Amino acid sequence: MTAKADKISVEGLSAYFGKTQVLRSVTAGMPAKSVTAIIGPSGCGKSTLLRCLNRMHELAPGARVEGSIHMDGHDIQGRDVDPVHLRRLVGMVFQRPNPFPTMSIFDNVSAGLRLNGIRGDHRTMVVQCLRQAALWDEVKDRLRAPAISLSGGQQQRLCIARALAVEPEVLLMDEPTSALDPIATAKVEDLIHELKSKYTIVIVTHNMQQAARVSDQTAFLYMGELVEVGPTEQIFTNPREARTEDYVTGKFG
Amino acid sequence: MTQLARRHAVNAAMTLLTGLAVVVALIPLALLLWLVVSKGASGLSWSFFTNLPTPVGEPGGGIGNALLGTLYLVGLACLVGLPLGVGAGVFLAERGDGRFGSFIRFTAEVLSGVPSIVVGIVAYGLVVVPMKRFSALAGGVALGLLMVPTLARTTEELVRLVPGSLREASLALGIPQWKTSLRVVLRTALGGVITAVLLAVARAAGETAPLLFTALNNQYWNFAPDQPTASLTVQIYNYAISPYEDWHQKAWTAALVLLILVGALNLTARFLTRSGLTREQR
Repeated sequence: MTAKADKISVEGLSAYFGKTQVLRSVTAGMPAKSVTAIIGPSGCGKSTLLRCLNRMHELAPGARVEGSIHMDGHDIQGRDVDPVHLRRLVGMVFQRPNPFPTMSIFDNVSAGLRLNGIRGDHRTMVVQCLRQAALWDEVKDRLRAPAISLSGGQQQRLCIARALAVEPEVLLMDEPTSALDPIATAKVEDLIHELKSKYTIVIVTHNMQQAARVSDQTAFLYMGELVEVGPTEQIFTNPREARTEDYVTGKFG
Repeated sequence: MTQLARRHAVNAAMTLLTGLAVVVALIPLALLLWLVVSKGASGLSWSFFTNLPTPVGEPGGGIGNALLGTLYLVGLACLVGLPLGVGAGVFLAERGDGRFGSFIRFTAEVLSGVPSIVVGIVAYGLVVVPMKRFSALAGGVALGLLMVPTLARTTEELVRLVPGSLREASLALGIPQWKTSLRVVLRTALGGVITAVLLAVARAAGETAPLLFTALNNQYWNFAPDQPTASLTVQIYNYAISPYEDWHQKAWTAALVLLILVGALNLTARFLTRSGLTREQR
């Protein structure tokens, strides 16, 4: 893997829910226009780490963060940073597809544009996003149909299109395929390959094969601690840490 | 076997008793419907809906102004009650977990138990006294205030049913909290909220007490918010307590019209609930 400049760099990041500490001084960089996978057993803090990157973590009651996160050299937790603006730059796709149930397919994709008052040719932008999300051919004849009429896999790609519409630079994906069948999963994984030429992607996954398939870099979290981060190939074939090896070879987790 | 037989007998007796209780409970309702329809239906005619009331004995009198007045008052009540009630409900659901929220929730609960005539007195003090006259506005404020507590609590319940994942989806798109609450969350709960609004409107349309000393009554058409206004309920009241047979007849017919109006609102609300406008969200 060629060394790319880090889009995001996390330093000494600790996160809490009230008194419970879920992340312990995590330090990692996420290279621009590549895919970073975060793996680890349930409850190890993967999702929390992801949610710190677009400051969704702070929405939980009693949530608190220590340490720093820089994006393109800017401290995203700085006082001058509006989390609402940050989230337009850092899009997110969730574990379960969550299209807006009252809106049509078209309106779901354009929701971020409309509700943020972004002007321009929404139709062109929606078509472009649906194409990018590899959904266009399946929905082009029924853009006015309700979003919930789509299948689960289609809904998830719709959510990806929706996230792309506000033109983010980073895309966070929180176990985006855990609610999907293998065929839909394969489609989303292909999509991730396509998208990394334009976006910096951070994906949380339970599935180690998935991490191996889609990511350039892998971070292994265990009990809130970053055990190891490195090129995916190295993590899976020649990890430095014994715990990483035990996890990726299925000895625990 | 005898014990089983006894149990069956007790079971049958209890089923019969509870069934009987239902019948007894339904009797007043059936009686009410039958009385109103049988006594009121004969007075129904087109002119009854369009004409102004006439003095005793003069034929052709109607309740046009009262019917319109009720719609007018309910419209004003919605202007007052909807933003307050729905707004408070959204606030309680989205931001009401703190002390202030509990306080508001408690207040709404207490207010929903306040007799409607007391709300009428409040509107009297708030609007009639400063304006030095009875007015449609005062009646609208009274009915509007009456709608607020139940509307707030129902809206809160409905908005809380909206899955948190939709809030997150919206916030993650960089949509501000207030827009998320109104344009995504409330929008999702809207079917249920409309039903709640219709039920609140139906309840307001049937109120008499808070109108007696706010909107008062009017023998003529009125479209001015600062003038007294007729309403179906107050008109029924006035006709019913009069000593004239002719007016008693009109009271029954007006009551039938009111019953149909309120019934239609309730049925519409029912229909909307069923037809999937409030379809359950994942």
